[in-house]
Amino acid sequence: MEIIEILFTASFWAAAIRIASPLIFATLGELICERAGVLNLGIEGIMVAGAFAGWMAVYSGTGLWTGVCVAMLVGMAFGLLHSILTVPFGLSQHVVGLGVTLLATSSTYYAYRLALPEVTSPPKIEAFQPFEIPLLSDLPLVGPALFSQTPFTYLAFALAVVVSVVLYRTPLGLAVRAAGENPAAVAAQGLSVSAIRMGAVVVGSGFMAVGGAFLTMSAFDSFFFEMVNGRGWICIALVVFGSWRPGKALLGAVLFAAFDALQIRVQQTGFGADIPYQIFLMMPYVLSIVALVVMSRRAEVPAALMVPFNKGER
Amino acid sequence: MEKKPVEALRLNEITKRFGELIANDAVSFSVSQGEVVALLGENGAGKTTLMNILFGQYTADSGTVSVFGQTLPPGNSRAALEAGVGMVHQHFTLADNLTVQENITLGVNPLFSASLGKAAARARIVELSERFQLSVLPEARVANLSVGERQRVEILKALYRDVRVLILDEPTAVLTPQETDDLFATLRQATANGLSIIFISHKLHEVMEIADRVVVLRHGKLTGGARTKDTDKHALAAMMMGTETTPPDIATTSPGKTLIYLQNVTTPDIGNAPGLKSVSLALRSAQIIGLAGVSGNGQTAMAELIAGMRIPSEGRIILRGETVAAWSPRTAVQSGIARIPEDRHKTGTISDFDLTENAILERYTSSTFSRNGWLNWRAARGFADEIIEKYDVRCPGADTTIRLLSGGNMQKLILGRVLEADPQIILANQPVRGLDIGAVNYVHGQLLAARDRGAAVLLISEDLDEIMALSDVIHVIADGRLSPGFERGSMSPAELGIWMAGQGFDEAVVHAT
Amino acid sequence: MKRWSMRLEPIANPTLGRRLMPPATALVATVTIASLLAMTAGANPFSVLGLILKGAFGSKFAILETLNRATPLIFTGLAVAVAFRAKFWNIGAEAQLYAGALVTVVFGTGLLPWPSIAILPVIMILAILAGAFLLLIPALLKTRFGVDEVVTTLLFNFIFLLFISMLLEGPLKDPMGMGWPKSARVLAEVRLPRIVEGLRLHWGFGIAIISAFVIWIIQTRSTLGYEMRAVGLNKEAAAFAGIPVNKVLVKTALLSGGLAALAGFSEVAGLKGSLTLDLSPGFGYTGIIVAMLALLNPLGVVIAALFVAGIFVGADSMSRAADVPTYLADIMLATALLLMVLAIMLTRFRVVRD
Repeated sequence: MEIIEILFTASFWAAAIRIASPLIFATLGELICERAGVLNLGIEGIMVAGAFAGWMAVYSGTGLWTGVCVAMLVGMAFGLLHSILTVPFGLSQHVVGLGVTLLATSSTYYAYRLALPEVTSPPKIEAFQPFEIPLLSDLPLVGPALFSQTPFTYLAFALAVVVSVVLYRTPLGLAVRAAGENPAAVAAQGLSVSAIRMGAVVVGSGFMAVGGAFLTMSAFDSFFFEMVNGRGWICIALVVFGSWRPGKALLGAVLFAAFDALQIRVQQTGFGADIPYQIFLMMPYVLSIVALVVMSRRAEVPAALMVPFNKGER
Repeated sequence: MEKKPVEALRLNEITKRFGELIANDAVSFSVSQGEVVALLGENGAGKTTLMNILFGQYTADSGTVSVFGQTLPPGNSRAALEAGVGMVHQHFTLADNLTVQENITLGVNPLFSASLGKAAARARIVELSERFQLSVLPEARVANLSVGERQRVEILKALYRDVRVLILDEPTAVLTPQETDDLFATLRQATANGLSIIFISHKLHEVMEIADRVVVLRHGKLTGGARTKDTDKHALAAMMMGTETTPPDIATTSPGKTLIYLQNVTTPDIGNAPGLKSVSLALRSAQIIGLAGVSGNGQTAMAELIAGMRIPSEGRIILRGETVAAWSPRTAVQSGIARIPEDRHKTGTISDFDLTENAILERYTSSTFSRNGWLNWRAARGFADEIIEKYDVRCPGADTTIRLLSGGNMQKLILGRVLEADPQIILANQPVRGLDIGAVNYVHGQLLAARDRGAAVLLISEDLDEIMALSDVIHVIADGRLSPGFERGSMSPAELGIWMAGQGFDEAVVHAT
Repeated sequence: MKRWSMRLEPIANPTLGRRLMPPATALVATVTIASLLAMTAGANPFSVLGLILKGAFGSKFAILETLNRATPLIFTGLAVAVAFRAKFWNIGAEAQLYAGALVTVVFGTGLLPWPSIAILPVIMILAILAGAFLLLIPALLKTRFGVDEVVTTLLFNFIFLLFISMLLEGPLKDPMGMGWPKSARVLAEVRLPRIVEGLRLHWGFGIAIISAFVIWIIQTRSTLGYEMRAVGLNKEAAAFAGIPVNKVLVKTALLSGGLAALAGFSEVAGLKGSLTLDLSPGFGYTGIIVAMLALLNPLGVVIAALFVAGIFVGADSMSRAADVPTYLADIMLATALLLMVLAIMLTRFRVVRD
């Protein structure tokens, strides 16, 4: 009974939207990479780097939006590294992706230790504050849930719309999708497969980093080791769950986040108190695996995902 | 009013090397506006390389390409496209999961423009497809189109860009004779409008029919050229092949007992390609059965069924009188079936394995090559050496990685691997595709020798000439259905073409009932 | 407008120089990058490198420490090498390691009151089975449902660590542990003896070396090894030839999971004596680096594991002396991994501009 009640509280949905926001950024980023034919396993590390870079920028005195841009640029730099190795050189996307995750994570931790050698608990920044959208935020239930979030969250939803429009309604989006379906078709029309794929990976990695930055700049106000905690891997599952479509991926992220918000609340009920908290913490990961199993048969994988393209190969 | 023709395209002294191999050796020729020039040559003569240079996919080591007097920058497909050169590749370059319109408009507008201009693009595609009789729906997903329709999309792609020079690489390989006639009608209309066409082929009769002029390429060199009205097939054949090779002689034999019988076999569809539809077929000792048909009509299903990769969803496989219960690649091999797969690079061999490892691929579990899970490399090496010796595989040694071998030598290793097991049934799926003429004759000779020893051979090929030359009995496969068997010489190519187009089956059913 | 573009062309017979130059360059580049990073921390790069070398191999104590650290890395490196060889992307060695450790403490803290000679092999086998079973699930999800094993094995790491955490705060909690999430210590009979009396190096290292040889022999001499290589190089051709691809993948997974679990067994029985949540500082993930640096060769894994362990151990002592964060070691290894896969490719292909 308590569970049903939770589902009708605005604070529950507000939390769900908040939890979903970083996932939306990173999932969209991964989706762009995969639509162009590149699996980006650097996502986990790039999120860590983005979380640190955005937070550190703001801590050093820049504005919040500048911090977001810094995070994005750092993500794009790791994306460039990933794309150079996987696209023109065609190296294993699995190995390079894991390598980029290790490199991004370790260099982030290194930079953190260099920047803050003495501290035991990391300093806080003035994070994004909720912005109530006039009129809409007064609506019952929906108002506090959807329209009293931070501007960073609104950006996540806006980005989903932008990505969807670009992918399906512009020549660029068509070229990206074609590069993930059949790179030879792209080359035959005089376009550079490498440029398109690299561009997609660079931009997608930027979005992943922004997703990481959300954690330190909107969800929390500080940077901790292990704070990304597998969210990147979950986003890869969300891309599959969303059948490589931005709208469905957004929906998946929100559903997933709602489940996560629910388990946090159930933990605090009488029913939840008897169950070890680890069981609840496992749920997101278990849920991701279940989603993968359910969707694996139906999903329309981009035909050239993980297939390198070497011009003039016979 | 006769005017001096405008030169649409000129290739000037094009040379391209791949390591030791000279793919193109100072090749020069030109094409006038509205002219169809056939580029004729055997597999491996350098035709595709030359066209890839022309289209900017490769960079020539030396030489230039000019279109309407303007020299193209090397290695830039975009520049070639903008100068009005279009190319329809032998293997289509279409994205299956996108629509026809998306495939056609891909890369036409600047990437960073705001809109795809869908309505205008659609109107133009419809207009073009009506004008050139290339009917296809712009909204259709390419994955749902037949091979013929896909080719129309490829041609529309070029026409949509207002090409002035169109390269067609083996365009008829995937068409029935009737569809080929339709294509030729479209091409004639396009040339009447001023389009210049380079038509790549190795089929002499088509070249004679469509081209105004022929240039012949052999071993990367231009060996001749002639107007079609001043020459004939024999002269062209001589120019194309030289004179050194002769196809094997074929004696007739009388077939023996049935070794494998497919009884009303139905298999599921494979993606876009149909499965078998209640097919009955007997393979008999000392007989070559040819399976003719347009690509994608159930040949893959048939080949995979015999190879053990697929089991019937209905019907039975009867092997030497007994219905088979379990059917897998391994049981197929153990039942004495030699399998020569369609794609020797992807399915026939493991490119990074050496010759020894590839030689035992099908039989590494047999007692000759392993015991209790441990391999006997000495025996394996001996077997590989034996194949290299007996089948004349040209290679530095059995420890050579097989990817370094030419297609012909790779195919010889596969032949040795399957024939040394002394098989009674042979499945040869496109056994000579992409091989040079010497290797073709060698493979055909081996198949005929196997037949004369008493083996049952099923030859699957999209090349009707090959089927007609080798087969004792020909069946046509169309949309997964199998025609009655036709004895050698009883049918003309045109008559088989009617069956390949899917006609004739309905009358046959009427006869049967 | 001239566009920049490149193409890769296979080299038919690479010369010796061609085969050695790229990896050597990669190594030099890695060290250079690490030096530059050390400079950003205000340290002298040469002294940092010297300190790493000295910390790793400079004394008997240092060498033993490096060998001890290499032991679990050999197991996880072998686990990854075996799996990657068949293109089965097991990124879950971390979880499998903990599965092995879990079994060791469950059966080693009094449940089986046997002498060493009986209990150690039994627990070792049980640990192998536990790791194998843990990887069996992603393997079956892959072969039955087509679910990508990369994501499932990664997610399993998180799930299984939470499971361990739950046990350590519940049924396995050491009553003497003063509230720390820590298991009871294993019995003396379950402790792996030292290889040489008086030297702090346990038999886990010996088992690791033996395992590397066994895997090498399996890969080069057995039909299973042949099958695994064939499946890894070309699944389609392997299936056509009659190799049961899915069965081979499942067998590979079992072998790989078992090897990773041995790392957990060896760490608990050989070194730590009990199970904690920080038993492994990412040995499972580092195993990927070890395997890739070893070019997936089982004997190479031993050398790569010594190299990687040396960098870690060296970086620890360097960090104390030069005040450069230890994460420098992780950066070096990630860089080495990326540059080495690039270098290996460049030994076989040349880059052509066109």
